[in-house]
Amino acid sequence: MTTLDVNGHAHTLDIDPATPLLYVLRDDLALNGAKYGCGLGQCGACTVLLDGKPVFSCLTPLAATDGRKVRTIESLGTVQAPSPLQRAFIEEQAAQCGYCTAGMVMRAQALLEANPNPTDAEIRAHMQPNLCRCGTQMRVIRAIKRAATAMGSASAQSGSAVR
Amino acid sequence: VNGRRILLSLAALLLVVVVTCIVIAWRPAIARIAVPQRSDFSQAAIARGAQLALIGNCATCHTAPGGGDYAGGLEIPTPFGVIHATNITPDAETGIGAWSLAAFQRALHEGIARDGSHLYPAFPYDHFAHMTNADVEALYAFLMTRPPIHAPATPNSLRFPFNLRPILAGWNLLFLNTEPFRPDPAHDAAWNRGAYLAEAAAHCGACHTPRNIFQAEETSRPYAGGMAAGWYAPALDASSPAPVPWTAPQLESFLRTGMASAHGAANGPMQDVSLNLAQVDAADVRAIAEYIADQGGTPSPARMQAAQQAHAIASGAQPSPSLPSGDGAAIYAGACAICHQDGWRPGVAAQPPLALSTALAADNPINAIRILLDGRQPPEGEAGTQMPAFATMLSDRQIATVLGWLRHDFAGKPDWTGLQDTVTRLRDHKEGP
Repeated sequence: MTTLDVNGHAHTLDIDPATPLLYVLRDDLALNGAKYGCGLGQCGACTVLLDGKPVFSCLTPLAATDGRKVRTIESLGTVQAPSPLQRAFIEEQAAQCGYCTAGMVMRAQALLEANPNPTDAEIRAHMQPNLCRCGTQMRVIRAIKRAATAMGSASAQSGSAVR
Repeated sequence: VNGRRILLSLAALLLVVVVTCIVIAWRPAIARIAVPQRSDFSQAAIARGAQLALIGNCATCHTAPGGGDYAGGLEIPTPFGVIHATNITPDAETGIGAWSLAAFQRALHEGIARDGSHLYPAFPYDHFAHMTNADVEALYAFLMTRPPIHAPATPNSLRFPFNLRPILAGWNLLFLNTEPFRPDPAHDAAWNRGAYLAEAAAHCGACHTPRNIFQAEETSRPYAGGMAAGWYAPALDASSPAPVPWTAPQLESFLRTGMASAHGAANGPMQDVSLNLAQVDAADVRAIAEYIADQGGTPSPARMQAAQQAHAIASGAQPSPSLPSGDGAAIYAGACAICHQDGWRPGVAAQPPLALSTALAADNPINAIRILLDGRQPPEGEAGTQMPAFATMLSDRQIATVLGWLRHDFAGKPDWTGLQDTVTRLRDHKEGP
């Protein structure tokens, strides 16, 4: 039996520890935000956060998640109440087909949590592992900058960091 | 009275030693010249110099990330502190624009800058000393026709006494061999061409030959393996850890494409070398491959048998002697096998089988750890083999677990000791020990 902490909930699972985290999230926990793109850690559609850092969940075996905290896009916001980053992606229309978007958002989320005011160069370097075949990269960069501004002014108002 | 006489004698002796040292260490400046014009050089010399600059890997050290080509600034960590690569563009003030050919040749052959100061052997003049005058002149023509970039050198931060350049005169006396390259009549022209390029411009031994406590190459153990920028530069002599002995065609493929089917990918500083050699005349790369492959000598029957077994494990014809399954096996199955298990997934079967991996077979685990932590990315805009970085996916303990399992299962070698501590150290200090 394996215990898996996803979005603050502990799950006890009887699954082969070699199973990639992505399959567990989608097939066993019905968290379908992270997508299967290449299955080789080359596209980033499956990106989720492990202890706050972005990982390719398609190449992260369940055995590697022991005692660590997983966060998926489902933890950020809802359709009714999107997170500042999700809202920025919507406002910049940063999705075309949308298949890569959940992975893009989660990698960007890790960046903004570690670095609330990234430069263009820092955004490009950080987002490098995630691909978009539709070509929305410029909009993605704009969305991240918009979110950084929104989150910065929100935290200045409330005096606390905004998730 | 007697004590005073002894003191006086000692003082006189010290004076003689100091004066001798100064005389040995002092080198004159060579007068500044007006920056040469492109018309001063033949197109042929510039083109030959371009090839030599690629073979010599010049841009790799003399270009900082995000900086101008050949404008210097790259940090080079050494056991004595950090050295910064210098600007070798023809900028008159901050580069080598005011250097005459004589000054350039003295720098390459003797390690002396135009102003008479000693250069550090991080600049491998102990190899360039063997370059022919004609090749030095061609390299000069190439560098002097690059766009000049104004980029002042960053001061080095070396510990005392290594910050004193004159002490290098002593290093040169002990370790610098300025003899020109002599062909070996026992070998053919291609081998000798390879020997000249490898020993002089390409300075292969600067990384692949071990160094003594003075950081000079141990000339009695050429190509016995060394360290480079925090990576292990594997032995290329008979002690090579490669599961399959290198052949000239495999080495040629490795040097030109960064990949050899019976070995794997060029990683760390060797990736830059292969990207440069990809642009070099194929005959010259083949010559280097022939000479270096010959350093391994004729493989022993035992080594050939081990190689056959590695091939058998790699092709799946023979099962590897597996440890009881545990976290190592699970991590391999979930994280590595999708690419590395031969035949598992059509389309990616070209990945190197781990049974052929030098990184797993080497006594030093540093390369295997670095590859797993940082993956392998071709430079921006270049094609090449890609492996994702596992630094965020796997903890130090998990990396140690899976590498220990791979070492046992695929390399069939004794366990590395202190593996997890080494992973932790490398994760924290990217440039390594």
